Amino acid sequence: MFDFKIVTSWIDNLLRVDLGLDNFWTLAIEFILVGVALLAAYALIALVLIYAERKICAFFQCRIGPDRVGKWGLIQVIADMIKILTKEIIPIKRSEKLLFFLAPFFVIIGSFLTFGALPFAKGLHAIDFNIGVLYILAVSSLGVIGIVLAGWSSNNKYSLIGAMRAGAQLISYEISAGLALMTMVVLAGSMQLSTIVESQADGWFIFKGGIFALVAFVIYLIAGHAETNRGPFDLPESESELTAGYHTEYSGIMFGFYYVAEYTNLFIISAIATTMFLGGWMPLHIPGLDGFNQVMDYIPSAVWFFGKCAFCIFLALWVRWSYPRLRIDQLLKLEWKILMPISLINIAAVAVAVTI
Amino acid sequence: MENLKEKIQAIAPSAVFEENTQVLTVDVDKNELHQLAENLKNDESLAFDYLQDIIGLDLGDALGVNYRLFSTKNNNQALVVKTKTDDRENPTLHSVSNLWQSANLYEREVYDFLGIKFIGHPDLRRLFLRPDWKGFPLRKDYDIESNPVTLKNESVEEFEGSEKLELDSNGHIKESNFQLFDDKDYVVSFGPQHPSTHGVLQLRVSLNGETVKHIDPNFGYIHRGIEKMCESYTYPKILHLCERLDYLSAAINRHGFCLCVEKALELEVPERAVYVRTIFDELTRIASHLLGWASMANDMGAITAFIYGMRDREKIMDIFEETAGGRLFTNYSVIGGLMQDIHPNFQKRVKEFIPYMRKMLKEYHTLFTNNPIAKQRMLSAGWLKIDDAISYGVTGPSGRASNWHNDIRKIEPYAAYNKVNFNEITRENGGSFDRYMVRLDEILESLSIIEQLIDNIPDGDYKAKTKPIIKLPEGEFYQRVENARGDFNIYINSKGDKTPYRVKFRSPSETLVSALEPTVKGEKIADLIMIGGSLDYVIPCIDR
Repeated sequence: MFDFKIVTSWIDNLLRVDLGLDNFWTLAIEFILVGVALLAAYALIALVLIYAERKICAFFQCRIGPDRVGKWGLIQVIADMIKILTKEIIPIKRSEKLLFFLAPFFVIIGSFLTFGALPFAKGLHAIDFNIGVLYILAVSSLGVIGIVLAGWSSNNKYSLIGAMRAGAQLISYEISAGLALMTMVVLAGSMQLSTIVESQADGWFIFKGGIFALVAFVIYLIAGHAETNRGPFDLPESESELTAGYHTEYSGIMFGFYYVAEYTNLFIISAIATTMFLGGWMPLHIPGLDGFNQVMDYIPSAVWFFGKCAFCIFLALWVRWSYPRLRIDQLLKLEWKILMPISLINIAAVAVAVTI
Repeated sequence: MENLKEKIQAIAPSAVFEENTQVLTVDVDKNELHQLAENLKNDESLAFDYLQDIIGLDLGDALGVNYRLFSTKNNNQALVVKTKTDDRENPTLHSVSNLWQSANLYEREVYDFLGIKFIGHPDLRRLFLRPDWKGFPLRKDYDIESNPVTLKNESVEEFEGSEKLELDSNGHIKESNFQLFDDKDYVVSFGPQHPSTHGVLQLRVSLNGETVKHIDPNFGYIHRGIEKMCESYTYPKILHLCERLDYLSAAINRHGFCLCVEKALELEVPERAVYVRTIFDELTRIASHLLGWASMANDMGAITAFIYGMRDREKIMDIFEETAGGRLFTNYSVIGGLMQDIHPNFQKRVKEFIPYMRKMLKEYHTLFTNNPIAKQRMLSAGWLKIDDAISYGVTGPSGRASNWHNDIRKIEPYAAYNKVNFNEITRENGGSFDRYMVRLDEILESLSIIEQLIDNIPDGDYKAKTKPIIKLPEGEFYQRVENARGDFNIYINSKGDKTPYRVKFRSPSETLVSALEPTVKGEKIADLIMIGGSLDYVIPCIDR
């Protein structure tokens, strides 16, 4: 299987030996390269996801979806992106100016920081902490600050209600998502994402971990879905009652930030689920079937990773376009009375099972 | 009947019964009105518990008000109580809003258009027009120039307060003002531009966290003065205005007006036209219920369901287009029959549609009705008891969901409804889910009605001969039809001219909006929108 380390160490070698740069400059240039590559990937993934969502949603609704701009409407998303970039940003009178302009950046930074810690393929991993899972949980909750700030600073009643809902919802569901991931940490025995992926070489956790992994996977999908603010958990936006919820007053690229962050968050949640439960970039290995395993190894690791992500994303879209929205009390009841007790029991059970 | 007359005479000695009227009509003195109303409502043997409409009209020397009452307990006995006030400068009448909740909005409407003040009304504001409107437009001496269109920005005046008239112990009228909302209330304005108010409606809602404390509906953003326009239009022209009331029941409204004029003219309509009109009515009802279902699902965040409803409604629109030329407004019924004969494909396409729609209804139940979230939400909010439903005048599918048997197709059959077998769909509990289910079940009933009629359309003329200029005989004419939202009533007061003296339409949507207050109080914001969807009101019907 192709290891992306070959590319990264070649660049490192090029900078250090062939160009003879010292340690500081080497690292500086590498950081910039990584940053640019991640930003490009960030934007690209959002674009692909927006197109995919529109097409898949159309498929669920017996429609055709975008098909006018470019073949199969492929350029539609790019056209929309250009449109949103050129739109006027309308400043709101009597809003809290500084916070109002700052809020979208919290959302973008929150999801972008998470992006850096994801193992996209074998050896393609920007930062590999020994506390990777903790880091991901920490920075991915930064987004809620941006959402609450947006609602507060807009000076709009709909936005405020949306922001309050977002606060209650995101913080609640963070607990279940965290507990579900901890279950897998107990199984893997490490918080480092690369180790977690490596330990799934002889079978993904979803198969290896038995009932515990399955329960944790389902809980993580629900909680993760809730954290992305997408239907049936799109209460902070809930366009039928709050028009657009916390981002009612945003326009142009400021709104675009929220829009892009929503889609990349969807990708991030799927990527984390892939890494923790579905073996990350690890191919499907069945112990004992060496021939089969070898064939699987020929498929590049990036294809495995993005393929599994696409599967999780499809699940999310399927739910989104089939279910109506929950009400706020039902939403909180689902978390505090159902999901959290189950995840607590699950993590206790898995701890006992691993010790034995 | 005689028994009823005697009882009324005993309560109100001044009562005079009118001769040769369609319905039992009684004139009473304005001072005896409230006493009579109280007895009519509360006496068990009379039990006129449904105030269908209050019609205000300018009688020239006096201002009159007609109360149209029905007794749901006594076989839907109808009664019209008339009263009038001679004082045109400062007209006052006693309010009946303490007896029938529906009177609340109706009296505000009469006050708005004719300037009659109702003593004892809890909240006497203008209903449709701005608070700074000059004059009362439905009075015959109203100067149309008195409210010129200004080209400057008008100041936006928030009408926070309201007027209240009460009688003190000496019998003098005492005016007082009160605030609609407290200073500490968190008032959120839903509308006039809002995706889920189903039109240009403003709901000012005071909230306690997510919980609704009080709702104040504010109408009139798209008021077109249709009733005023009718007074200068000839009858065939008015037909077009009828369609523009409840645009989702356009064909039914138009049919209703035709029926009213035909009744007044005693005109025999060919059977072929009667059958086709009935089929059109039922197709309109299906289309409206589909849109009602779809937009209710959309209000709950299920966009896919919305698209499904719109997709199937499109099939009906296509059928309309082929035969009538119009889609939303079919322009099909005319006085005496139909505009033109049906298209050769009409029967074939309707027969194709019936099994298709039955199949799709099953799909709706799979997709949405049995969805756990949808079911949990609909079953947990929006209860309307039968007494409230009758008192607020919540008719149509929404009233039937509260187990009120109010289907006019059964009570006063018109067109071909006495020739077909169909069930009146009612449900017991009066919750959002019941209102939702009544609509879907009514689609099935409508399909069965169409199925019984479509193969039996008689041959012959599609239109009776009418005079080129239609003049109605002098008198008052009422016609109720069951449109997709409930009891749609047409009142024509004719002085024998080619234009009516006064036309009043009863809007079923108006009472549906007024029923939001008892239904939504104490529920969450999200449920406000969902219950609004389950009541399924159409705003242009209110803003006539």
